[in-house]
Amino acid sequence: MFSDYFYYPFLIGTIFLFVVVIGRFVKWFMGLSKIDKIRVRIGLFSMKTLQSVWESVREGLLHHNIFKTNKMLGYMHMSLAFGWFLLIVVGHIETSCYHGSMFFPFQHSIFFRYYVTEPTDFPGHAFFNYAMEILLFFVLSGVMLAYFKRFRSKTFGMKRTTRMRYGDRIGLTALWLIFPVRFLCETFTAGVYHNGSPIFNGIGDAFASVGDLNPWLNPLWLTYSVVLGVFFVAMPFTRYMHIPAEINLIFLRNWGVTLKERRVNTFTLAEVYSCSRCGICIDACQLNLAGIKNSQSVYVLKNIRNKNLTDEVLFNCLLCGKCQEACPVGIDVNKLRITQRIETTKQYNSSYDYLKTGKTRQADIVYFAGCMTHLTPSIKQSMLKILDHAGENYWFMDENKAPCCGRPLMLAGQYDAAQKLIDTNTKMILESGAKRLLVNCPICYKVFKEDYQLPGVEVLHHSEYILDLVKQGRLDVNPSDLRAVYHDPCELGRGSHIYEQPRELLNTALTLVPMAREREKALCCGGSLANTKISMAERDVLAGKAMEEFATYAPDLVVTSCPLCKKTFAKVDSLPVKDLAEVVAGAVERKV
Amino acid sequence: MDFGYTTLETRSIDYDKFDRKLIEYLLQYEPSLLVCMACGGCTATCSAGNLVDFNIRRIQLMVKRGETDTLKAEIDKCMLCGKCMLICPRGVNLRNVVMLIKKKLSIDSGQLATKNNIK
Repeated sequence: MFSDYFYYPFLIGTIFLFVVVIGRFVKWFMGLSKIDKIRVRIGLFSMKTLQSVWESVREGLLHHNIFKTNKMLGYMHMSLAFGWFLLIVVGHIETSCYHGSMFFPFQHSIFFRYYVTEPTDFPGHAFFNYAMEILLFFVLSGVMLAYFKRFRSKTFGMKRTTRMRYGDRIGLTALWLIFPVRFLCETFTAGVYHNGSPIFNGIGDAFASVGDLNPWLNPLWLTYSVVLGVFFVAMPFTRYMHIPAEINLIFLRNWGVTLKERRVNTFTLAEVYSCSRCGICIDACQLNLAGIKNSQSVYVLKNIRNKNLTDEVLFNCLLCGKCQEACPVGIDVNKLRITQRIETTKQYNSSYDYLKTGKTRQADIVYFAGCMTHLTPSIKQSMLKILDHAGENYWFMDENKAPCCGRPLMLAGQYDAAQKLIDTNTKMILESGAKRLLVNCPICYKVFKEDYQLPGVEVLHHSEYILDLVKQGRLDVNPSDLRAVYHDPCELGRGSHIYEQPRELLNTALTLVPMAREREKALCCGGSLANTKISMAERDVLAGKAMEEFATYAPDLVVTSCPLCKKTFAKVDSLPVKDLAEVVAGAVERKV
Repeated sequence: MDFGYTTLETRSIDYDKFDRKLIEYLLQYEPSLLVCMACGGCTATCSAGNLVDFNIRRIQLMVKRGETDTLKAEIDKCMLCGKCMLICPRGVNLRNVVMLIKKKLSIDSGQLATKNNIK
């Protein structure tokens, strides 16, 4: 009998999917560290689980984050995910009502219209008929948009889309076929048996007027079963694995599991498999402007998954964090990339045996200029002037000699090597007895703040420090009528979440012009030390494009708070670029 | 044939015979090294060179001459701060050069298995 076996492809696919997915989840859980496992155990019976359920609905079904990127794209994902979810749930309730029990063969709810062809009158029959058909139209609208998007992705706010693998095409084709085939199955069946609502019965009748529908029924239902089966079997091996993996990631993340920066563990896989390859990160990436098209986050995640990641791809990234801000799944791509870098370079860390702790001096505040500031002496002089003006008892730690802060090494994955520099600097800072450490380089700031153990020492970026001086009345800033745009350095903004202090400070000295892309969406100057592969010419392209965008606001000057950004922009000959310290030092001068 | 004079044995470089493996590897992945004119700007600004006897200009000479015996100890002194790269008038991506040298020496000394990540 046909009805005895036609659902087998679907059944086999479903069982296969569940076995593989659950197998993977177990493997990922087992691979977590002991502490992470305890976190999961504690988190399981806390509010975090409920939060995760809500987040799963919001992101996994409604796709709230994609709506934020683009409404059309959001609707497409929502109609497919939420619509399909409702089809399954409502279909299940419908079948329960029909059987008058919760227990019935699983396939009866999926192929309900195939099994129930005779006139019935169970409670809510008419309602379910309408509901299921409207839901199917809802999903089909998403499928139609998906067809359309393949050819015209710009309508969806996406300039570029991800290149697909062979397996992805199989999955995609099956997914594209599922709902149109289901539509044909149900309308044809309705044409023969009139078991739908007046909508489907009408469409069925229209089909029936063309020819006899009866011989088509069995092949169509079999096709439906086969495409479902194919999609489920393909799912674990294609990008559609993100559907279960993303839910898993939401729970793990809320329970407090994170990627430990020093090693790759199975949480890496939990994140990698959650990538849907939607390609939103591709558009967020500025490297496109320089013609670099193979190292965006989506490709790195794909390469990790396929175990073919090369250094050329891994290190060709500014780690500016724009893709991370844009990622609808919230994958921690920067951390992921750094752990991979640690992994590939761990065999050749340096020992820096030559490092000695130099002379220290007792002071209230230690000023560490950093390597990049030594290349931009005007910033250094402005800083010293401000310190003198405020009458601080400071010690200029790297005036003559001091190691690098260690961050450039860490960005290249050389954490063990960086630790040697960190140890040396820590010793010197603590010996000085200072309570505050002042840095004017966001690269140094981030590492001092996050990776140094400096008990009792407050690490300050100069934007925070100078703002404090102004607020305390220790520094009088003379306002001018200059108009400026403020460029958020990546390490300070997205890296350390300092957006307001520099703006507040600058507003005392000049007029800031707001820009469309600033704060979390700020551009990268292109100079980032995180990218070891990009050529100088390509860096110049990025800096030039950013400056072009600044120029559209017709400012008198561009202000930034990073010596490396300044150095990078200075090569572009369009607008004057100043560091925040220079602006303030200049404004102080006029008054005196 | 004896012309009555010789070069010092230790300083002679036979350009036909020396080990080109490293320089070829570097030029494959960082061709900008080729345009270096050995001006020494990198060495003048070097953060590590300020603390210890370390000369990155000499390193590129050593590489181009195939003098790889003492290279490992030398290259390990670099702190990767990136000043050399910013100062370079020829736009040589020196941080990549340093990382590539470290990697290649590591592969050659057998520390690093030739896996798929070495391409």
